[in-house]
Amino acid sequence: MQLSENVFIIGAGETKFGELWERSLREIAVEAGLKAIENAGIYSKDVQVLYGSNSLGGTINAQNDIGSLIADFSGIASNHIPAIRIEASTASGAAAVREAYLGIKSGEIDCAIVGAVEKMTDLYGNEMLDHLGTLLDREWEAFFGATPAALAALSARKYMHDFNVPKEKLMSISVNDHLNATMNPDAQYRNKLTMETAMGSTMVADPLNIMDCSPMSDGAAALVMCSESFMKKNKKEGIKIMSSAVSQDFLALHSRNSYYTMDSTVLAAKSALEKSGIKHKDVSFVELHNSFSIYGLTAIEDLGFAEKGKGKQVIDEGIGVNDSLPINPSGGLKAKGNPIGAVGVGQFVEAVTQLRGKAGQRQVKDAKFGMLHNIAGTGSTSYVHIVGGE
Amino acid sequence: MGKLSAVWRETNHRYRLIAHECGNCKKMYFPPRDVCPICHRESIGKMKEKELSGLGTVESFTIVHDAPPAFARQRPYVLALIRLDEGPVLTAQIVDSVASEIDIGKRVRSVFRKVREDGKGGIIQYGYKFVLE
Repeated sequence: MQLSENVFIIGAGETKFGELWERSLREIAVEAGLKAIENAGIYSKDVQVLYGSNSLGGTINAQNDIGSLIADFSGIASNHIPAIRIEASTASGAAAVREAYLGIKSGEIDCAIVGAVEKMTDLYGNEMLDHLGTLLDREWEAFFGATPAALAALSARKYMHDFNVPKEKLMSISVNDHLNATMNPDAQYRNKLTMETAMGSTMVADPLNIMDCSPMSDGAAALVMCSESFMKKNKKEGIKIMSSAVSQDFLALHSRNSYYTMDSTVLAAKSALEKSGIKHKDVSFVELHNSFSIYGLTAIEDLGFAEKGKGKQVIDEGIGVNDSLPINPSGGLKAKGNPIGAVGVGQFVEAVTQLRGKAGQRQVKDAKFGMLHNIAGTGSTSYVHIVGGE
Repeated sequence: MGKLSAVWRETNHRYRLIAHECGNCKKMYFPPRDVCPICHRESIGKMKEKELSGLGTVESFTIVHDAPPAFARQRPYVLALIRLDEGPVLTAQIVDSVASEIDIGKRVRSVFRKVREDGKGGIIQYGYKFVLE
């Protein structure tokens, strides 16, 4: 079956990511949604479906049916359009974008809004680790004391051991994130991070320090997506989604083929590149899922920019916004922030900003194609999207 | 966190390390699975219970400092990926051992221990941990 419709993003918006104590889940979700609609210059009557993305609202905020909640407080309940929450762990954001993409590509939908939100700071201290444990295999990982950081640490130690890679190479991902975030007004941490401070920071799960770990964040991000025909009819300009790919793996780290190769990312990246028709050398920037520094380093390899064990070479060649392969110009999960159900859509907001040439100081020169990488937990699911072109 | 029935129904696996063996390809699975991911439908109804030796090798380990509430009193603790001699890998703590002696490749054996407790009034949950051989 040949699907004909190209899919475009015509509006993007996000809240600041961070500890937004004074703001509720619904407030930040609505703020991002309205910004995206305003940015697209459409009216809510044009929207045919709302995909709400959220991961842990049911347990952190004791609020489910988040699709309805967002639609309701965005003022469109009486439009009676479908409003569904998409949950795919920390990959919920990209999952929601993909659902909208498929709906538009099929010809069934002309215009969709994706609204992603996570409100994490309503919990304090280590209570959050119980909730994050629900994203792992609860009975056979979390039950025995595993946390997301502990599992990432298991991957990190084995990787460093097998390839003789010093810890600083992992931490470079965090240092780069912080530098980029100084130039992003929406970022949670806008301070420069020195390698010395990072390496000396509090131990979370040896060998990972707190500066290897993404923070708890509140944040929301939204996109208006539409078909090519809708875009032309309404005389809008959009950023094309060149391809969308997803792949799955075992839920628990201990069941997988490798502790430091995410097969789901390898397969999704290969598929996304094939479908888009572009090559690695055409990629202008990557937004990758560095919930932990080790995942940033291994993602460089799994996305196909380096052989296994050689991701450090890419880092040595430079991953800043002016270097050969800019990684996380937004500030990434470490410094822009990690509101888990929203982070994947936040990557799209950054991509749209970059591809429109509106990223200010952190603008990647001649940005043409962006690769976006959003994973669930320790890599049970990986989404890779390629955006750009006309 | 744990409801009594949810804990009770897994006691056989967690107390005695009961795995499942695929009757078709003979591969061992722990935690148990009702379908073999290699043999798919050929394995249905052929997964057999089998007790593991509890002997294995450390594939990786970490020292957990930031722990969930049910593990607060054990902090810091060593968590490891352990490949059992029969093939399956599991995630478990290493206890009663000098931390500096734990390393990738070290031999371990399973012991029966308290795993976690759900606060003051909650149930105490038991299962496997490992010690250095």
